[in-house]
Amino acid sequence: MNAEWKWDFTFQILPQMLWATLNTIMAAGIGYAIATIVGLLFLLGQRTPIKIVNMINREIVEFIRSTPLLIQLFFVYFVLPQFGITLSAWVCGMITIGLHFGTYLSEVYRGALEGVPKTQWEACRALNFTNFYTYRRIVLPQAFPIAIPGMGNYLVGIFKDTPLLSTIGVAELFHAATAVGGYHYRYLEPYTIVGIIFLILSVPAAMGIRKLEKSVNKAQGKVKY
Amino acid sequence: MNYFSFLAEHGSTLLLGTVTTLKVLICATILYVIISIIFGLMRVSNNSAIQGIATVYIEFFRGTSLLVQLFWFYYVLPFFGISLEAFTAGVVAIGMNFGAYGAEIVRGGILAVPKGQWEGAHALNFSPFKRMKNIIIPQIFPIILPPVANLTVELLKATALVALVTVVDLTFEAKQINAITWLSAQCFGTALLIYYIISRFFLVPFLRWLEVLAARKVGRGKI
Repeated sequence: MNAEWKWDFTFQILPQMLWATLNTIMAAGIGYAIATIVGLLFLLGQRTPIKIVNMINREIVEFIRSTPLLIQLFFVYFVLPQFGITLSAWVCGMITIGLHFGTYLSEVYRGALEGVPKTQWEACRALNFTNFYTYRRIVLPQAFPIAIPGMGNYLVGIFKDTPLLSTIGVAELFHAATAVGGYHYRYLEPYTIVGIIFLILSVPAAMGIRKLEKSVNKAQGKVKY
Repeated sequence: MNYFSFLAEHGSTLLLGTVTTLKVLICATILYVIISIIFGLMRVSNNSAIQGIATVYIEFFRGTSLLVQLFWFYYVLPFFGISLEAFTAGVVAIGMNFGAYGAEIVRGGILAVPKGQWEGAHALNFSPFKRMKNIIIPQIFPIILPPVANLTVELLKATALVALVTVVDLTFEAKQINAITWLSAQCFGTALLIYYIISRFFLVPFLRWLEVLAARKVGRGKI
């Protein structure tokens, strides 16, 4: 083994890696879409006025949040077939990522809703608005800007966790790198390319989110020191 | 095969794996705390070169995936003549990755210390070093400990990844047992439960205790 960087090898494998990058982006996108919806469901469980539902909901959220995504992936991938449900690796991966990050997003939503001043709710009550109208016209428009930075952060977070999907055989970027590396028995270039692609995609995204956060704070009249 | 006979047969293996997981957790936590403090301080430095180095480090490790870094440390470093043992590679990768996140927390904590404290130290003619050591740093703990607690729970979850570079931890053992017995629900379910118990009943209460301690130290806590 030598540490020499081989450019011809790099260019030979680059097209394959770029194709796999599309898969990674797609996985992150779909996973995120599911997570936003799952997050809403958990939020709903949290806000129903039935105590027992709240308690169960909180325990589920706590459990999912404090166990590793990797084992959750294995669990879904290996256990569901035992009950006669055979899903492809892609579907399993998307479900697990959606569930895992849905719990995080539900916390973001909760924080955003609690960030809306209590007086706004009281004013709606005083004006005899219906619940639906209160949420649609008063609360959600104010809560959404608060939620944006957190939601953005978890989008990047999901993107950075997609390599885990390779462990159950989803053909994304990291999977492609491992396959290429195993085939040519050279890991230097594939893994380094993966790192660089991740950097190129996620650093600008993170910067954009930070900018968004600043402008949201400014729009809300909060100045950060 | 019912669950209890499963536990009787494979419980000890899973417990051995748990011990390794705890070892990774402790070593990586120590490493990440040290790195966070160093790079967090570098990040608030007035020297732009030092600040730049810290920024590059933080952006680099936060911008790429932990799994990629882990594999890079384990499979690519040998190309440069540095062969790390799987355990070391795992601890170093996790420690450096979480150190980058921690450094941002430390930086936030330092900047969140009220301005009056900085000015007070300045007025009393403290040297910059003494100001940091005696005035600012002791006050950041109650500020940074809640996010640090979150990060440490994340770290516990991240230790599962070292199984992929052949460290024989809880995840690795669960995978092995699954490969032999195909009792997936039992072995992965037990592993999930063990992670949950470690986090919920040991790690989190310990970190909360630290938070209370830190708050009391600066006279903010309920007694």
